[in-house]
Amino acid sequence: MDLETLLSYPWRIMLPEFVIVITAALLSLLDLFWKEQASRRPLAWIALAGIGLAVLFLVINAGQPVQEILYETFRLDGFASAFKLIFLLGAAIVFLIALDRDFGQQLPYQGEYYYLILTAVLGAMIAASSADLITLFVGIELLSISSYVLVAIRKHNLKANESALKYVISGGIATAVTLFGFSYIYGLTGSTNLFVIQERLSQGVNDGLLPLIALALLVSFVGLTFKLSVVPYHMWAPDVYQGASTPVTAFLSVVSKGAGFALVIRFLMVTLQGMADSEMILWENLAGLLVTVLSVLAALSMIIGNTLAMRQTNLKRLLAYSSIAQAGYLLVPVAAGIALLQTGEVSASNLFHIVLFYLAAYLFMNLGAFALVQLIGKETEDIRGLAGLYRRAPGKALAMTLFLASLAGIPLTAGFVGKYYILMGAVGANLYALAAVMVITTVISYYYYFGLAVQMYMREPEVDQPLTAPSSLNIVLSVCVIGTLLLGLLPNLALDLIQTQFNLLEVFLPYSH
Amino acid sequence: MNQIIVTVLILSPLIGMLLILLTNSQQEQQLKRMGVLGALIPLILSLWMVALFDFNHPGYQLTQEAPWFQFSPPGGEGVLSITYAVGVDGLSVAMMLLVTILSVMAAIASSYITARLKEYFLLFFLLEIGMLGVFGSLNLFLFFIFFEITIISAFFLIGIWGYVERERAAYHFLLYNGIGSVAMLVAFVMIFMKVGSLSLPELASAFSNTALAPWFSSAVFLLLLFAFGVKLPIFPLHSWMLRVHVEAHPAIVMIHAGVLLKLGAYGLIRLNAGLLPAELERFSLFIAVLGAINILYGAVLAFRQRDIKRVLAYASLSHMGIVLLGIAAQNESGLTGAVFQSISHGLISALLFFIVAVLYARTKTTMLDELGGLAKTMPLLCGFLMAAGMANLGLPGMSGFISEFLAFLGIFNTYPAVGAASLLGLILTAVYMLRAVLATSFGPLAEKWSGLTDIRGFEWIPLVVLTALIIVIGIYPAVLGDTIRLAVESVGHGLLTRMGG
Repeated sequence: MDLETLLSYPWRIMLPEFVIVITAALLSLLDLFWKEQASRRPLAWIALAGIGLAVLFLVINAGQPVQEILYETFRLDGFASAFKLIFLLGAAIVFLIALDRDFGQQLPYQGEYYYLILTAVLGAMIAASSADLITLFVGIELLSISSYVLVAIRKHNLKANESALKYVISGGIATAVTLFGFSYIYGLTGSTNLFVIQERLSQGVNDGLLPLIALALLVSFVGLTFKLSVVPYHMWAPDVYQGASTPVTAFLSVVSKGAGFALVIRFLMVTLQGMADSEMILWENLAGLLVTVLSVLAALSMIIGNTLAMRQTNLKRLLAYSSIAQAGYLLVPVAAGIALLQTGEVSASNLFHIVLFYLAAYLFMNLGAFALVQLIGKETEDIRGLAGLYRRAPGKALAMTLFLASLAGIPLTAGFVGKYYILMGAVGANLYALAAVMVITTVISYYYYFGLAVQMYMREPEVDQPLTAPSSLNIVLSVCVIGTLLLGLLPNLALDLIQTQFNLLEVFLPYSH
Repeated sequence: MNQIIVTVLILSPLIGMLLILLTNSQQEQQLKRMGVLGALIPLILSLWMVALFDFNHPGYQLTQEAPWFQFSPPGGEGVLSITYAVGVDGLSVAMMLLVTILSVMAAIASSYITARLKEYFLLFFLLEIGMLGVFGSLNLFLFFIFFEITIISAFFLIGIWGYVERERAAYHFLLYNGIGSVAMLVAFVMIFMKVGSLSLPELASAFSNTALAPWFSSAVFLLLLFAFGVKLPIFPLHSWMLRVHVEAHPAIVMIHAGVLLKLGAYGLIRLNAGLLPAELERFSLFIAVLGAINILYGAVLAFRQRDIKRVLAYASLSHMGIVLLGIAAQNESGLTGAVFQSISHGLISALLFFIVAVLYARTKTTMLDELGGLAKTMPLLCGFLMAAGMANLGLPGMSGFISEFLAFLGIFNTYPAVGAASLLGLILTAVYMLRAVLATSFGPLAEKWSGLTDIRGFEWIPLVVLTALIIVIGIYPAVLGDTIRLAVESVGHGLLTRMGG
């Protein structure tokens, strides 16, 4: 690659990523020269400013046509932009949660903490923007490795050590599985570019290579489920969520999971789309198989997540199981999308709307809940820590009630509209059994979400003092309350935004010079 | 005003909430006064709505509609819209009146509550918004939202202010009703995706004009039957309702037995009978048998209970069976009977549970073994109890008689055998009701009850008002007749023309 080619690339499409890289580098340098004992909270503010700038560039880039640089590996399309917006918003909220002063003082490596969150976000962004298996893999690895360190960063904490070790080992296995699947795909197609793979796989189907193709896709997908924390790679979540510091847990549950969905959808949808033109019967077999596998995994995640969450007494473990179930719900529109691709429906794009809308709803409700866990967690992480919260801090108890109601899918909240939309997707794709599992497990989830509400309103607190929060947490709670309510009451605000600003169908659009 | 009266009525409990919020939580008396005052506002507005209502016009009126939001349907073209649409017909007017009247009575009964009054009344008014909203919604999405609001607020009302086992009762309530409401949600999503609308006036014509796959209409019908069957409740989905009757505070049970169970009846009449008459015909024998089982099972078990609250709980179960019979009859008298029964039972059960509240406030027990001979110390209260009991067993001259008569008239036309079997239940009703009333009022008076005071002060209001309503409807059913005739004409249009033609 000579200089001329390099200079000819429209680098501005990568501006958000550049901003994050530069901010992360700047933070690491500042951290070196910062006074040893001084608080590193200003670094978090710099990081926030960086994220703000990245969002700005992202929005400026959003209207642009599809572009690819670096030999068709990095790609700007509406799909990537929409997901990146969610990652950046999530990261910003995570920073606000981490800005809690008491929390910062207990952190051994405050500076590292902040810039590792940035590199993790960078990984998520690259993964969402990849049109090539290599960059896609580099993206998730950057995200994963940053996350491993973030979980382990409280190295004098026994729980943190245990969870970090579990995280690295199971993450490593998942990575190996993913790469194994990718190697099959490369072996079958001789390419790592998603669009080339799309073409050659459809030829492959016609040449009778269906079993191998199915194996390759399934193995890759199963490896990727690690990031989604759905069955079969869900077991790490409770331990890691419990051991990691709350902001990192919040990050894993929203940004990291969102990145997982971005790349699973792109990987599956783009590679499979070409096969819609292949020989019909064979294609139906393959799509049918994938829909079945995805449906079973989604159903299992909902069942396991929701039933095990009922037995938890630790708040973060409970939210971990809840997040496994939530990922199960999010997998429903992906399965529906493949089922609709099978019938050749272009309106599969509406399924991307569903995923994005639910992710946005999940961002607000889940981060809001974690902000409260961060506050309560200073006393205890047991669910009894919520006891009598209504007496100690009525406003926060009401906010938490809203987040729980939204997670449970109670009307007038973002979570309800999201779930309703997911159900529409399932019914539209005739996945009735999956819809049934979803609604029944939703009722099971009432048990533990309302169990937390029972603590807040019907139990006596152990310490009967008013609970005050630092202003950064108050900001997070307010933002999340507003987001949850707005998306619940006026969902068109978000739906129209997604529709007009981000053309999600561009994910299917091959780039031509 | 015609445009916005229904919206104003649905949201009017917010004024009550505001009054409560502005009152200091230490001033208990003031809070209770504000609670009653707040409940009076919707009552006045509902009477105003009746004044604006045109009794010569079947179908929805006083409607208001505004676009709300749209979904892009997965696997379809265009957009699917959700509108904010409210309005009333005869059925909803009658039910909304029931809500506002019983809310005032329950607010008065709330005087027996001593703890956390402020939160209690806030949730109470939220519950009232939910109930009014369910009956006023002309869009199923909106219907579902209000339906869920009643579940959430009732969960807390049962779980915080009930008796010893209140939290278990609240969880049972939540999980059973949760399952019911998600079944309803799935049915609504299916309708939304295949028919393309959730607006009730549009659906009525859409269902009769579009050719829908038979499995689809059957699935929707059965899902809705299940959803409202949990709420009504239909045997064997009833266990939650017994717990709530026994463990919740009587003021809440007044609302619960008086209105919340009727959400099930309303749903069955409005959606199952109103939108899917062909499916109703197909499943009518099934529903009639379910109704007969409800009547007999409830009556037999009511006879065996030692706690007066449990007697009344099983009595409710038994009486809801009559609603099912009326619907299964698929004719005018049956449907009229079902609607009549919903309202009449609402008034009677509220009266009975208010009497229980008065009794419990004095004796701290509701066990039949421990009570007895109370007519000596509380002749007036026992008089009201006797009257309510008579109304409940369907004595002519009281509202219960009219509804049972009409429902049975209907079912004898359609399924005489089922009707005959159910008649046995009516005899049992007389037995268990008299047993409960006699065990409370007569017999030897225990020493400890000798000093009890009879009805006093505010307690007169609900007793007199509810008894008067029950008798007025019983003697002169035309008061309700007009609204109900309208209701049957508009809701049952598809059903009745189907049977006629």
